[in-house]
Amino acid sequence: MKKPSTVKGLEYWRWQEYQRIMPNMKWSSKDIITAGVDVGSVGSKAAIMINGQAYSWGITRTGSNSPESASKALNFALQGTGLKASDLKYIVGTGYGRVNVPMANKAITEIACHAKGANYIWGPSVRTVLDVGGQDIKAIRIDETGKVVSFLMNDKCAAGTGRGMEVFADLLQIPIEDIGDISLKVEKEPEPVSCTCVAFAKTEAMGLLRKGWSKEKVLAAYTRAMAVRMANLINRVGLERELVITGGQSKNIGVVSRIEIILGVKTLPMPRWRDDSGLDPMVAGAYGAALFAKALYEKAQKA
Amino acid sequence: MITVGIDLGTQRIKTVVLKDGAAIARAQAFAGFDPTKAAEQTVQEALTSANLKLSDVAAFIATGSAMEMAPYNAGTVSMMGADAKAGVYLFPKARTIIDVGAEEARAVKCDEKGVMTDFVVNERCAAGAGAFIEAMARALEVKLEEMGPLALKAERASPINASCVIFGESDVVSLIHRQESKPEIARAVFDAMADRISSMMHRLGINPEVVLVGGVAKDEGFVASLNRKLGLTVLIPEYPDYVGALGAALIAATRAKEGAK
Repeated sequence: MKKPSTVKGLEYWRWQEYQRIMPNMKWSSKDIITAGVDVGSVGSKAAIMINGQAYSWGITRTGSNSPESASKALNFALQGTGLKASDLKYIVGTGYGRVNVPMANKAITEIACHAKGANYIWGPSVRTVLDVGGQDIKAIRIDETGKVVSFLMNDKCAAGTGRGMEVFADLLQIPIEDIGDISLKVEKEPEPVSCTCVAFAKTEAMGLLRKGWSKEKVLAAYTRAMAVRMANLINRVGLERELVITGGQSKNIGVVSRIEIILGVKTLPMPRWRDDSGLDPMVAGAYGAALFAKALYEKAQKA
Repeated sequence: MITVGIDLGTQRIKTVVLKDGAAIARAQAFAGFDPTKAAEQTVQEALTSANLKLSDVAAFIATGSAMEMAPYNAGTVSMMGADAKAGVYLFPKARTIIDVGAEEARAVKCDEKGVMTDFVVNERCAAGAGAFIEAMARALEVKLEEMGPLALKAERASPINASCVIFGESDVVSLIHRQESKPEIARAVFDAMADRISSMMHRLGINPEVVLVGGVAKDEGFVASLNRKLGLTVLIPEYPDYVGALGAALIAATRAKEGAK
């Protein structure tokens, strides 16, 4: 459907909502079926697990009402699986809106869930997780079991966050899903923008555009500045390999490749050891929450 | 002796003409794309209104974030130095000067001679400066100068994310959708800024008397929130936005006297 041109300019930030069901997985009522619901400031993610293996998940945009966003994400994940909400043995809520997940049996911080989820996606070699969410950035050190050792957080500031990237996508009128690739279409990496504050960086970027810079070059300069910020946070928490990136910005190749250059280490690619996995790093928190749900359910059964 | 102080701020250029220790003329203009030219205009305008010529000026001193773009080979002084000098000149007992400008906020501690002894700056973040009020006024769809009077009508403040302009804008939009009152949102904006400024001051240690200067000092909404937060009444000079320029002109006079010796 073609959108009227008057609203077109407002839509560049809009990323695709999607749902995925893993093929070749069966379930029965004897299985431990659990869910993790991660209500972030920008995206709400829900994952369904069968005996601790990801079965389906859904990603939707968070609305102004957290409980509604949580239900929407969970229903989206359940859609087409044949499962009903009542089949879920245990649900853990996480994320910025975790206290507002009405169907959850328990709430767990997103730091613990992202750590657990990163361990699930990439395996035990992960020691540092950079989670770039909609409204904060977290650098998390974890052990081989996915337990949090220490973490640092940059919150209450849009610089480097998904929200900051959305603002730039809108300003430059580039769809959010393309900004990573486009930011790499420069012959030579320009100097990063000098202001990390998104409000000031916007002004600076407009000045650069007026000076005749291409959108690609402006985006490269902004992405570079944000990558420097994220790399600094990782260095402050202490970088130990392997490094992985979770959250929406894990899909921004412009950010990921620049962090790798600045830090001089490669992030782990999506693992091959889990055939046909296609696991999504943006859902890491929800996977982690679903795993905690399984552990909590088992603990409750024993008691 | 005639000296001129020019404050080249991020948004506006302010000029003060000083004659034998008293400010006799002022002028200001938007910085625009050519701060040097805008500064020349303010100097010409201020001198003309005082029936003076360029050749009457013994010394020029510039300050502000674009001070290196000042005309007339002006010398320079830091913004903190200029604030301290003018603050104590205007209020001899003052030992703390808060300067809230369009894109930056500063808290400066000084001695009885107006010499800066310590300072804290909030820079590179729009949430602690005038830019925050502007962005929130845009989101609320009210004029910048309406924000203060609106905030004064509120009994309480709405909850907003006040630590970042970007998040604050989204919050204001959803509050408007929820039909929260504009005065309460406006008050939240000023309360949030006052929180940031007061935490800056606590890092420095509050020494009454406290002087508030800079363009944002003209906003009664912000002043009310800051007074409430600090639990005192800040002193505000007659021309708070010209304080940096006044400090520069005072320092120009001191330096010219020293040079003459």
